[in-house]
Amino acid sequence: MSLQMSDPSSAPVLDLAHVDKHFGDLHVLRDINLRVAAREVVVVVGPSGSGKSTLCRTINGLETIDSGTITIDGVLLPVEGRPLARVRADVGMVFQSFNLFSHLSVLDNVVLAPTMVRRERKAAARERAMALLDRVGLADKADRRPAQLSGGQQQRVAIARALAMQPTVMLFDEPTSALDPEMINEVLDVMTNLARDGMTMVVVTHEMGFARRAADRVVFMDQGRIVEESAPDTFFTDARSERARAFLASVMTH
Amino acid sequence: MDALTQHGDLIAEALGTTLLIAVLSTVGALVIGVLVTVARISPVPVLRGAAFCYVQYFLNVPLLALLLLAVFALPDAGLVMPLTTTVVVVLGLYEGAYVAEAVRSGVNTVAPGEVEAARALGMGFSQVMRKIVVPQALRAVVQPLGNVLIALLMNTALAATVGVVELTSAANRINNVLAQPIAVYASVGVVYMAMALGLGLMASRVEKRVAILR
Ligand SMILES: Nc1ncnc2c1ncn2[C@@H]1O[C@H](COP(=O)(O)OP(=O)(O)OP(=O)(O)O)[C@@H](O)[C@H]1O
Ligand SMILES: [Mg+2]
Repeated sequence: MSLQMSDPSSAPVLDLAHVDKHFGDLHVLRDINLRVAAREVVVVVGPSGSGKSTLCRTINGLETIDSGTITIDGVLLPVEGRPLARVRADVGMVFQSFNLFSHLSVLDNVVLAPTMVRRERKAAARERAMALLDRVGLADKADRRPAQLSGGQQQRVAIARALAMQPTVMLFDEPTSALDPEMINEVLDVMTNLARDGMTMVVVTHEMGFARRAADRVVFMDQGRIVEESAPDTFFTDARSERARAFLASVMTH
Repeated sequence: MDALTQHGDLIAEALGTTLLIAVLSTVGALVIGVLVTVARISPVPVLRGAAFCYVQYFLNVPLLALLLLAVFALPDAGLVMPLTTTVVVVLGLYEGAYVAEAVRSGVNTVAPGEVEAARALGMGFSQVMRKIVVPQALRAVVQPLGNVLIALLMNTALAATVGVVELTSAANRINNVLAQPIAVYASVGVVYMAMALGLGLMASRVEKRVAILR
C-alpha cells in the first residue's frame, strides 16, 4: 500500500450524492446527500411516508434512482445484473417483515446465500452459520422452520442471515416495527452489540432509545429530504428545525 | 375373467407400454412446465411472450388433434420417430402446459418479501428461481399437479387411436376376439382407476410431507 493513498478509514463506505427519485408524480427522494464512514452507525428517523424505506432500498438497488450517484465501498452502484448482485452481496439488509425463507430451516436460511453466492463449502458455511446463530442466541433453534419461531427470534435469524455474507454495511428498515413490545429489546440488543463490534450500519427506526444508545449520527428526513443531521444528543435535546421538533414531540408522547 | 387371463401376456405388455408412456411424458411435462413457468416470470420479454404462447397453444388445441398432427404430418416433414416416442413427446408438451398453469398458481403463493430478501443477499434470477420460487411453488401445488398427472395417465389412452398398443388398444383387440365388452372394458377401467387412485394417494402423502409451515 502506497503512502500517498488517502487514509482508507476516511473514505466513506457509503456515499450518496444528489440522489433523486420519483414514484410517478411523487417526489420521494429529493437531493439526498449522505456519507457513512466505516464503523459508523447512522439512524434515520422521520414521519411516515418521508422516504426512509425508499432510501434504504435504493442503497442496494431494490429501487432504482432517477439521478445522482450511490457509491458503496468506492464502487458506483451498478444498475442491474450480475454487477448489482455482487454489490448486494456486500450490503446486508434486514426488513421489517423478516422475510425468512419459509420452506427452509433456520440453519439453511443462513447457509443458503454464502454457498450460492460466495460458493463457500457447505461444511464451512454451516460452521459459520452456527456461530452466527449462537451470536444471536438461537443456536438451539437451527433445525426449526421460521414459522415455529417468534417474531423476535425470526428477526434475529434474519440478522444472522445477513451477517453470514460478511457485509461491509448493514441496512435495517424498521427491524422492530412488526414486533410485539416484549420482543423489541432482544432484537435491539443484537443490533447494539453489532454496532459496538464496529459494524457500519444504517438503521431506520422509531426506537429513540436505540438511537441514543448506538447511533453516531441521527438523520432526520421529511418529505423526501434530509432536513437535519446531527449527533444524537444534539438531535434529541436541541433539534434545529421546527419539523424535527414536531416529529420528536409526536414520537415521545407515544 | 377366465377369458381375460388367457390374454395376460398381451395385457401385461400393454400395461407396460401405458406406464412407459405415462412415466416418460410425466418427466417431460414436469420439466417443461417448470421451465415455461420460469420463462413466464423472467425479466426477458421475448421469453415471457414465448412461454405465454406455448401455454395458450397447448391449452387450446385438443390432444387428439395434436397426436394426429404429429403422427401423420411430422413424417411428411421428414421427421420420422417411433410411434411411442411421438406419443411421449406430444403428451409431454401438451401436459407441460397444464403443469405450467398449476405451477404458476403456486408461484403466486411465494411471498414477494422472500424474493426481495434473496435478491438483497446477492442471488441472481436463476438462483432465486431454483432455491426460493420453484421449490415453494411446487410445494404449494402438489395436489393440483397430482390431478394433472392423473389426467396425463388417462390421456395415454389416446395413443390407441394412432396405433400404439397400450392398455386401451389391447382391450379393443381382446374384445374383438372375445366379444365380451362389459367384462373387458370394465376390467381395464378398474386398472386405470387403481392407477389413478394410487397417484392421488401419493399426491396426498407428498403434500403432507413437503407442506410449508406458515
Ligand atoms: N413502490 C411504490 N410505488 C409508489 N409509491 C410508493 C412506493 N413505495 C413507496 N411509495 C410512496 O413513497 C413515499 C415514501 O415511502 P417510504 O416507504 O419510503 O416512506 P417511509 O419513510 O419508509 O414511511 P414509513 O415510516 O411509513 O415506513 C410514500 O408516500 C409511499 O406511499
Ligand atoms: Mg418505511
